[in-house]
Amino acid sequence: MSETLTRIALRAWVVLVLLFLFIPMVVIFLYAFNSSKIEAWPIEGFSLRWINVTLNDAEVLSAIKLSVEVALITTVLALILGSCAAFAIHRTTFFGRDAINFLLVLPLALPGIITGVALHAFFDYGGILLSVATIVVGHTTFCIVVVYNNVLARLRRTQGSLVEAAMDLGANGFQTFRDITLPLLSTAVIAGAMLAFALSFDEIIVTTFTAGAQNTLPIWIFAQIRNGQRLPEVNVVVSFVILITIIPVLIAARLTGGGGTSRVPAAR
Amino acid sequence: MKFGAIAALAAVAVTACGSSNNNGGSTLQQPPTANIKPLAQIGAGEGALTLIDWGGYVQSLWQKPFEQQTGCKITYKDAGSSDEMVTLMANGGGGQWDMVSASGDADLRLIYSGDVKPMNMDLIPDWQNFQTAFKSPAFNTISGIHYGVSLQWGPNTLLYNTKKFVNPPTSWGVLYDSQYSGLITIPDNAIQIADAALYLSKTKPSLKITDPYELTQSQFDATVALLKQQRPLVKTYWAAVGDEETAFKSGDVVVGAAWPIMTTDLKTAGAPVNDTIPTEGATGWADTWMLATNAPHPNCAYMWAKWVSTPTVQAEQAINYGETPVNTKACAVMESLSAGSCAAYHGNAPGSYFDTIKFWKTPIATCDDGTKNCIAYAQWQSAWTTIKG
Amino acid sequence: MTVEVAGRPRRKGGGAVAIRSLFWRLPWLRTTVLLTPPLAWFVVIYIASLVLLLITAFWAIDPFTTRMIQAWNLDNFRQILNEPTYLRIIVRTVSMAALVTVTDAAIAFPFAYYMARIASRRVQTILFAAVLLPLWASYLARLYAWILILNHSGVLNWSLQAFGVPPANVAYTDVAVWIVFSYIWLPFMIIPTYAALERVPESLVEAASDLGARRWRTLRDIVLPLALPGVVAGSIFTFSLTLGDYITPVLIGGGTSFIGNVVYSNIGIANNVPFAAALAMVPIGIMALYLIGAKRLGAFEAL
Repeated sequence: MSETLTRIALRAWVVLVLLFLFIPMVVIFLYAFNSSKIEAWPIEGFSLRWINVTLNDAEVLSAIKLSVEVALITTVLALILGSCAAFAIHRTTFFGRDAINFLLVLPLALPGIITGVALHAFFDYGGILLSVATIVVGHTTFCIVVVYNNVLARLRRTQGSLVEAAMDLGANGFQTFRDITLPLLSTAVIAGAMLAFALSFDEIIVTTFTAGAQNTLPIWIFAQIRNGQRLPEVNVVVSFVILITIIPVLIAARLTGGGGTSRVPAAR
Repeated sequence: MKFGAIAALAAVAVTACGSSNNNGGSTLQQPPTANIKPLAQIGAGEGALTLIDWGGYVQSLWQKPFEQQTGCKITYKDAGSSDEMVTLMANGGGGQWDMVSASGDADLRLIYSGDVKPMNMDLIPDWQNFQTAFKSPAFNTISGIHYGVSLQWGPNTLLYNTKKFVNPPTSWGVLYDSQYSGLITIPDNAIQIADAALYLSKTKPSLKITDPYELTQSQFDATVALLKQQRPLVKTYWAAVGDEETAFKSGDVVVGAAWPIMTTDLKTAGAPVNDTIPTEGATGWADTWMLATNAPHPNCAYMWAKWVSTPTVQAEQAINYGETPVNTKACAVMESLSAGSCAAYHGNAPGSYFDTIKFWKTPIATCDDGTKNCIAYAQWQSAWTTIKG
Repeated sequence: MTVEVAGRPRRKGGGAVAIRSLFWRLPWLRTTVLLTPPLAWFVVIYIASLVLLLITAFWAIDPFTTRMIQAWNLDNFRQILNEPTYLRIIVRTVSMAALVTVTDAAIAFPFAYYMARIASRRVQTILFAAVLLPLWASYLARLYAWILILNHSGVLNWSLQAFGVPPANVAYTDVAVWIVFSYIWLPFMIIPTYAALERVPESLVEAASDLGARRWRTLRDIVLPLALPGVVAGSIFTFSLTLGDYITPVLIGGGTSFIGNVVYSNIGIANNVPFAAALAMVPIGIMALYLIGAKRLGAFEAL
């Protein structure tokens, strides 16, 4: 195959993959405006009917409220714990460093059901009632790593001439940290927070095992897909969830130049 | 799976209780919660109520007015099987759940594991109007102590696509017919083995099956073999009401074992379906709202039990779900809501109809004749896993 | 903690400064203090849970109350090993995970290759964002989209009909599960593959072609080996996530069980936590082997 042909083939492949990635998401948004109750393609017509119904559904609203609540608390906890870990690790080369790296990424690398079942057994054994708190504990466990990754990556990049310059000018370690490192870090911290929020807001598997009678939005969606009677509302809610999960990620991507948002801890 | 053993043990205990008192541990004789005094009167509502229900048992039609009148905001979880209900209710509802709409095959397990507690029927005025058979039925009342309020009962049906079936199918045989390969759906539930046993009891008299929940080894093996033959024909094993409805709506399946609510839902959605009870008869359920031992909102729970027993809600639910109300006063309301519905759902002549349904109960090792030759539910569950593969 | 430090007003003098300077002069102290909260969280909650899970697998449930009893035994494992159904389910799940991984690698590699080595800087950024969006967009939403597409009256059959092709009954089959898994985890494969490809030094490729290597030979002998750690890094996620998922099989599968479904139903339906724990050891064991293998292949340097 000649070089041009290869390029054309590759370009065609890229277009096909992009279509594959995006057509389903476009379909979702189209269905959100479906005027009919029936879930068949093509949709009968466009209307805001189901968006209205959904916006007035107390059940949906309370599920959204709970999910936002959980995601916010999770984000704060993940921010504190993830930043701590990143600061502790970044300049040291002690023996346990790789182990800690590995430990933090484990809840994302192991299937979610393992984390879920393990926490379920833990709470069950400890006689701890499942509640909003247990959901938050589960979410925080796998959200710490996204904050950690972002902050650590930024720390590694900023430890350099600026810090040295500050030290040369007579600033002590703490002053350097406060006046130089922290401002440079802020966008990485915000990016980490955004990602933790998005991750928590959408989580279902760990939540299923750590929730009691609480309905987070994903649990509501899952139940309604199975129940099948309010699918038009599911269309709307699901479109909303896509937006809610994408917007923080776009912000995070802008703040970090894309690198911190890879989720899979690669492109660092 | 060990789980079924509990059921079996509990049920053995019950049988022992009923027939003779000389075997079984004394702790099994009386439900653990038998001595808990039920509420003497309904106090102020707690503002919230958490329910575990069969998909469709909490509908806005009767949920909304209840919430408005009592201020008890309902959170509910649809369960797909009795086993799931029993699990959710572990530890007396885990301090999370107030009530569960349990069927006959879950009631005794819940009662004997201490997960539900006695209820005071004096606080349920409409209880007086219940059909006699449902005032103190053996599946929810033990030694005169009520562990719940009877609700509704009905048959499992054969659901079919009217475009594919010009004449309604008359036999469960269609579910085992390779002509419909890939177009069949079956509940994902071990109790489904009873449906196959019921079919065999009529089509293979040589097996001498009399009760589909009491199967000897050879009867059980024949039933499981039939279900394994059926496996490749099945498009999907549904575990929730919506699974089956979606599959029927989209046309992915055209015939299946179903619950009456699906027919109602699908017809409302404009899908070309109908249901029937084939000549072999049907399995069915009788449900009870039971109160969790650790219910966090007992007053709201009683208000709910009272509410769903009223003729209007009984009628609404009966029509909505396609089942038979236990409240005798519901018939008139059903007629006013939809003429002919009382007769259609057997609200008026329940006695003979009641006898045609083989109600869900937990299979135990002890057969009716006292021998221990029957297959217990634990084996039903592991057999079901092997059937599905 | 860092937030707290940052929020403090600027003060001069006093003991606080002494503590601070001590803190900053002794890095090991700082490390210890900073590391304690996150490490405590992981050890007390996460590691303890995992250990408990391992222990629970050797327990049983009281057949009467369904409460766990600490009767040490191997019955759960024996049941998994002796019952052909469970072995079949394990084989099916692992095969699905492998199939999804291979599918994703095959789709992702040319895409990532174009992104890293052919596309202009601008196109590269656009493509990166285009992969990022589905990477983070709601899992349930994207799964649900496929229900709308694959079901009998969905987008797929409508499109097939438009081309005069008979409808495909894909929904509620293992094929649907395969498609949806491959779709949902694809971005997890593209990004590390892209990252690895981008790091392949241009000079090496040039040197190879200077030495007369043909394009395909360069690809095979230079680019592929260097990109492999990236693909393996991605495969950790596609493989692991498929191994434990039960949501997709429940919503779009045909009722065949995967490990995740059986674990889920043992907890959610049968209330048999010990058996679920024993079964959960299977994906943990498989992933442990997988991670060891991945480390050998250098995937962790790509992480």
